[in-house]
Amino acid sequence: MAIGSSSAPKSSAPRDSSPPSRGRHEIAAVRLPSRSLRGELRAIRVVWRRELIRFSRDRLRIVTSLVQPFLFLFILGTGLSTIASAGTHGVDLRTFVYPGVLCMAVMFTAMFSAASIVWDREFGFMREMMVAPVRRSSIVLGKCLGGATVAAFQGVIVIAIAGLVGVPYVPVMILEILGLQLLLAFSITAFGVMAAARVTQMQSFMALTQMAIMPMYFISGALFPVSGLPQWLTILNRIDPLTYAVDPMRRAVFAHLKISEAARRALDPGVTWWGWHVPGLLEAGVVAILGVGMLIVGIIEFSRVE
Amino acid sequence: MGADQAIDGVDLRPDLDARAQAPASEGDAVSVVGLSKRYGELEAVRGIDFAVHRNETFGFLGPNGAGKSTTINMLCTLVRPSGGRALVAGHDVVGERDEVRRNIGLVFQDSTLDGYLTAEQNLHLHAELYGMPRQSVAVRLRQVLEMVELWERRKSLVNTFSGGMKRRLEIARGLLHSPRVLFLDEPTVGLDPQTRSSIWSYITRLKREEQITIFLTTHYMDEAEYCDRIAIMDHGEIVVMDTPAALKESVGKDRVQIQTADPHAAIDALRQKFGIDARLAEGAVTFGVASGEQFVPRLFAELGLPISTVSVSRPSLDDVFMSYTGTTIRDAEASSTDRMRTMARLMRH
Repeated sequence: MAIGSSSAPKSSAPRDSSPPSRGRHEIAAVRLPSRSLRGELRAIRVVWRRELIRFSRDRLRIVTSLVQPFLFLFILGTGLSTIASAGTHGVDLRTFVYPGVLCMAVMFTAMFSAASIVWDREFGFMREMMVAPVRRSSIVLGKCLGGATVAAFQGVIVIAIAGLVGVPYVPVMILEILGLQLLLAFSITAFGVMAAARVTQMQSFMALTQMAIMPMYFISGALFPVSGLPQWLTILNRIDPLTYAVDPMRRAVFAHLKISEAARRALDPGVTWWGWHVPGLLEAGVVAILGVGMLIVGIIEFSRVE
Repeated sequence: MGADQAIDGVDLRPDLDARAQAPASEGDAVSVVGLSKRYGELEAVRGIDFAVHRNETFGFLGPNGAGKSTTINMLCTLVRPSGGRALVAGHDVVGERDEVRRNIGLVFQDSTLDGYLTAEQNLHLHAELYGMPRQSVAVRLRQVLEMVELWERRKSLVNTFSGGMKRRLEIARGLLHSPRVLFLDEPTVGLDPQTRSSIWSYITRLKREEQITIFLTTHYMDEAEYCDRIAIMDHGEIVVMDTPAALKESVGKDRVQIQTADPHAAIDALRQKFGIDARLAEGAVTFGVASGEQFVPRLFAELGLPISTVSVSRPSLDDVFMSYTGTTIRDAEASSTDRMRTMARLMRH
């Protein structure tokens, strides 16, 4: 039941032991169990729940974080489609950009979730969590899972519009996309949490994440194919962790498009390491390992914070 | 660093502040020996010793920057001591952090509520974080909310609460998991006088209804009177520790404050003519005499300087503070502002 608003009233109906107010409060001291796995799981879940509740309260945030992906998809995608048509082998530019936009939708929301750690710190709530008799790792993990879940919601909205850009609704594809979005959102939140352990002011945090996220997004190949690039950009692209989230996303979408082989080769070349075609599963693995790594760093940093 | 060892440490100490009380015993809610904290160059707390008895209301009194908050933070495991040892509810604050945390409730100076959740959701979150048994949550939640008279508002977002309501909700939350020691760090700071007194009525009620030790800090002199015992802290040290009544008695004198055109001349005149050692405090010439009312006529007759106003007051904790630190709490506050800034800067790192 946790902190759902619906749970309390029925369960707290007057019991014989607590006459309404005044009088004597028969306060039977609550005995807290000592630290246990169950306790940690409850902590993780309640921190995760809190993210969801806060997200659902913030309708404006749901709308605003979709503005940017939609701008890229419909405005940039439509505007550039006339000059791009020569190179896309008949594929709509919006269709090409769509996988990148799927990534973008979760990135911003995930970053926003991580930012709430900085917010919590500035406004004191962090302290309530810091003094609780649970591991800091449980709190950080709950936060990351919450961020990932909330971001995935956002992702679902973008998945829902697939039909508008000529992408068919294939269940397998949708599951793949959702899985990749969850993974990406988790890793981005972990990145944000890691940064939030050091940066304690909201403004600096926002500036820092803008500095990190936008270049990463542009370099990742979300908006262009990653083959035949100048060498410097190829190198940057292969270093960029986001590349390994965008590429499998594009593969998942393109696998279900009816397009010519030439178009496929030009638009979905796939990431290569010294000529070796990196499998999608490995790419997802890279994102997962980086995410877990950053999460661990974040946990260590938060455990040190006094 | 186990509990037994730590308790030995307390018992073995040869000489605790004799004026305050007997050495700490195992049954004490809080016992502290040689506790210190330094931030780089700055010694925020300089090796203090004290004990808080079970079910006692114990107050830490002192100006801002005296080291009260640092001490409280060490006791509730948020800050690691640089030296010494502290037991809270029988557990070591360094070695048994979780045990300490389970046994304490905290109300900080600044709100630590989530404004985007309802009052009830904030409490539920707390219950989950503290691993409270599910079946006891609903009953206990109602009890604490009714105690602070917020049961009717449990469905409201905390953002819509006034400052006083938030503080009440925090007190309720601090009590939710039935802690043995409740820490209140400046529980009434920033509240208007009316709200302050209502917060105090909740605290007094709490003392009556729950078996709980209350440890609070304040820099309001009048609030210290609510405590069973108080310790006055200044510059990171405990200056004196006793019951409010005993402390006032130890001062023994009434406080007289006079305003004159030339305060320094007045101070000189007081020394020469009455042998009284007066000081300038809060802009007035201030001194203590055994029976103030009877002294005033003599003062006018013999001082030889025009006096514009005079006030006589019974000894208050203000006077206690003054007699032990040589300054009023308000003046001490002003001079400690620089200290505070240094500390804030150091703590940020």
